Amino acid sequence: MTRKLVVIGAGMASGRMLEHLFDQAPGQWDVTLFNAEPRGNYNRLMLSPVLSGDKTYDQIVTHDTDWYLAQGVTCRFGEAVVGIDRGARIVHGARGPVEYDALVIATGSAPFIIPLPGHKLPGVVAYRDLEDTNAMIEASRPGATAVVIGGGLLGLEAAAGMAARGAEVTVIHLMGHLMERQLDPAAGYLLQRDLEKRGIRIHCKGATKAILGTDRVEAVLLEDGTTYPADLVCMAVGIRPETRLANDAGLEVARGITVDDQMRTSDPAIFALGECVEHDGQLFGLVAPLYDQAKVLAATLAGTPAAFMPLQTATKLKVTGCDLFSAGDFAEGPGREDIVFRDPGRGIYKRLILEGDRLIGAVMYGDTADGPWFFDKIRSGADITADRDTLIFGPAFAGGAQADPLAAVAALPPEAEICGCNGVCKGTIVTAIQGGAATLDAVRGLTKASASCGTCTGLVEQVMALTLGDGFAANANPPMCKCTDHTHEDVRRLIKSMGLKTIPAVMQDLGWKTVGGCASCRPALNYYLIADWPLEYRDDRQSRFVNERNHANIQKDGTYSVVPRMWGGVTTSAELRAIADAVDRYAVPMIKVTGGQRIDLLGVRKEDLPAIWSDFNQAGMVSGHAYAKGLRTVKTCVGTDFCRFGTQDSTGLGIRLEKLLWGSWTPAKVKLGVSGCPRNCAEATCKDIGVVCVDSGFQISVAGAAGMDVRETVPLLTVETEDEVCDVISAFVQLYREQARYLHRIYKWVDKVGLDWAREQVADPATRAGLIERFRLSQTIYQTDPWAEHAARPDEWAPVADLRLRAAE
Amino acid sequence: MSQLIDIAALEDIPPQGARVVRTPQGCVAVFRTADDRVFALDDRCPHKGGPLSEGIVHGTSVTCPLHNWVFDMATGQAQGADSGAVATHAVRVEGGRILLNHTVLAQRNTA
Ligand SMILES: Cc1cc2nc3c(=O)[nH]c(=O)nc-3n(C[C@H](O)[C@H](O)[C@H](O)COP(=O)(O)OP(=O)(O)OC[C@H]3O[C@@H](n4cnc5c(N)ncnc54)[C@H](O)[C@@H]3O)c2cc1C
Ligand code: SF4
Ligand code: FES
Repeated sequence: MTRKLVVIGAGMASGRMLEHLFDQAPGQWDVTLFNAEPRGNYNRLMLSPVLSGDKTYDQIVTHDTDWYLAQGVTCRFGEAVVGIDRGARIVHGARGPVEYDALVIATGSAPFIIPLPGHKLPGVVAYRDLEDTNAMIEASRPGATAVVIGGGLLGLEAAAGMAARGAEVTVIHLMGHLMERQLDPAAGYLLQRDLEKRGIRIHCKGATKAILGTDRVEAVLLEDGTTYPADLVCMAVGIRPETRLANDAGLEVARGITVDDQMRTSDPAIFALGECVEHDGQLFGLVAPLYDQAKVLAATLAGTPAAFMPLQTATKLKVTGCDLFSAGDFAEGPGREDIVFRDPGRGIYKRLILEGDRLIGAVMYGDTADGPWFFDKIRSGADITADRDTLIFGPAFAGGAQADPLAAVAALPPEAEICGCNGVCKGTIVTAIQGGAATLDAVRGLTKASASCGTCTGLVEQVMALTLGDGFAANANPPMCKCTDHTHEDVRRLIKSMGLKTIPAVMQDLGWKTVGGCASCRPALNYYLIADWPLEYRDDRQSRFVNERNHANIQKDGTYSVVPRMWGGVTTSAELRAIADAVDRYAVPMIKVTGGQRIDLLGVRKEDLPAIWSDFNQAGMVSGHAYAKGLRTVKTCVGTDFCRFGTQDSTGLGIRLEKLLWGSWTPAKVKLGVSGCPRNCAEATCKDIGVVCVDSGFQISVAGAAGMDVRETVPLLTVETEDEVCDVISAFVQLYREQARYLHRIYKWVDKVGLDWAREQVADPATRAGLIERFRLSQTIYQTDPWAEHAARPDEWAPVADLRLRAAE
Repeated sequence: MSQLIDIAALEDIPPQGARVVRTPQGCVAVFRTADDRVFALDDRCPHKGGPLSEGIVHGTSVTCPLHNWVFDMATGQAQGADSGAVATHAVRVEGGRILLNHTVLAQRNTA
């Protein structure tokens, strides 16, 4: 007996289902198939190759009208179903009703369109079907501009496709890095770099405000005021299950249409499958599980028992040349561990996520050949304890061999290349070592190996260790922290030579071993990037130690101490009054004069910080940076104006120096002193930089300290004018900013590089001019009062919620 | 009594940052990781009471700002050579809102 089956939606899921059904139960069902699109079934995944021009539509058709006719299916293509009458078992198509004994809903999903101003303008498309694809192809003639909103899988495929056709494409992505659900920041950075190489502009952390245009789209406006011209805007921000018909018919719908293991909805005569369903709380956005559903539903309709069990899915990005694979669950979480592998030179990133003794997720970029092998391990839930050490190297190393890290290097033939930049092979290095080169520097000098980008330093050292055996003492300079094998010096050098401009870029290209660094390397990297790329880099607040993040000193009880800047230690009655008022208003428990001639307000509550800053700003005072790895104070004596011994205006010079240097970030704190005569009342000779005024001019000395180490300064230069003092000191500070490792005060750095070298640099007119210019440039960006910026956003400083009242209720 | 309390939007906490929730038993620090996971811990370091909410968040760990103890935010256990633990609270994100389990706090209140 033939019964009547109606199917709504000729998509990938229903196509596969009908195929199975006609195989298993030929002639059992009389099928009517509705599809809103005016065509049969095609491989939707392959729209991306169609967009990029690698395939044509004809090549991706899977079931056309002829196929359906041959199976006896009544096709109602181009006709949307508008209603389901469950009582009468009738489906209403736009052009008339059809009765059913069983109904299958396979309506897929609808792209999510953000209701921004302008979202209805012609030229705004989603990325879902052939019509969207054709619109994008049409708009992608060379010279045209397109904006893609959304940097997930689909958005990037759309962007790459249009770029391949010659359009100038910008991707706007709300999150900090691309495909944030699949990738961590480092892998996102690799992907971004690859896409940028194809001329696609990527704007992360970009919130779209409006789509502009009168008759059709012309541009996209972001919250930060940036606009990008656009002949076409593709919104690829997500999809949601197309459940409207099911809702209207009163079927049970959660986020998707609720189905059981047999794909049956809450009405026993109605089934659903594909992206429109929700099974066991889970939605589906990739085809692999849909094909499983298709098998189960076909069996059910044919009267054979079957049950759907969702399996893990894997994703690949279909952008030629961007090799990306991700599978399973790769978020961080309780009891989960990561194994991260990076090969910066080849642009490879791999991350495995373990939970207990099982592999539960894998992300790979650059080399995805082992993807299926990992995916298999995820699916089977196999115990990987035995393979753990070598797991990340894939099947080639499975079995636990290669435990000795040197073994791999030992196995290399002499002609194997070690240093890619300089084309140095293992044999050359071995020869140099056997010829007497016993240190890394010596090997570098003789062979050039690791002398350029330096990423092969570790390999070179391994070759040395192999050749010299116990005679080789590894680099005495320890690595920056446990996240990397590089020293601070290497990292600084590589940031510059490789042009690395973000923390994820550094972590990826220098092979960081952790996912997000640690509390010790992140502040250092943030500083290095600020110092090296003042124009391009954007400060990362979350990589700053609490004092700098909150622009005040944290105290042992969690309150803060606030120090307004008092130029050269000079103040006025108005400032003192403003300080006294603030003390009363915020109930400051202690006011103290600091060793650097400033007034410290101790015991301020965090949530009061923005208000107290704003009060001080109004009284004309700015942050004293008493918390900063930056310029803190310039201590002065009274000098010629009042002192009977004074030879120069030490107070005035101190103020001038403070106004020149304030706001600059440095590797560690920097304090100055200026004394008006050799009696040295400002104690200038135990500061990082001291100036002692004498009749003939100014003695500048450096590298003093009065902290854990007590040091007297050593003379740097003696100059004749105040202008020269300012020049020499700003050049010297800039040299320190560019060269020193994070947390090293000036005296430590000078101990290392040698005072003579530093003096040569600042004494040489050309070098000095360059240093001054770079310092000036950086100051144009960073000499701003952080209080002003944060006082404007007080909300972020208070608790987000107060549950004390709620609990009392 | 409802157990999950809506305390804030996910966006109210900067990625790799934290915000504080006041409760009758002291502050709870709610952290957001770089990949948008959320954890809640007492805002008091077991070492000397440092405000963990002001620490640097890396991966799923936080480093106390006062003396650099590192805590696994999922378990509250101190890492490495240090020993000790900080209480954790159930928290989750739904539809962009952060929901904190308040029962634990309330129970402690009556205990
Ligand atoms: C560009 C693109 C690239 C993709 N790449 C991948 C990939 O690489 N890997 C992967 O696994 N997945 C990929 N996907 C997702 C995959 O295509 C979907 O998961 C799959 O197509 C869903 O199948 P479906 O049958 O549920 O829905 P669909 O294939 O979307 O079919 C639903 C059909 O129902 C029709 N319809 C809806 N409402 C009605 C109505 N009221 N009346 C009549 N007809 C209606 C629609 O017009 C549509 O033709 C991609 C998707 C897109 C858009
Ligand atoms: S250092 Fe010399 S000029 Fe300055 S206050 Fe002392 S005695 Fe006077
Ligand atoms: S108070 Fe947290 S480490 Fe000391």
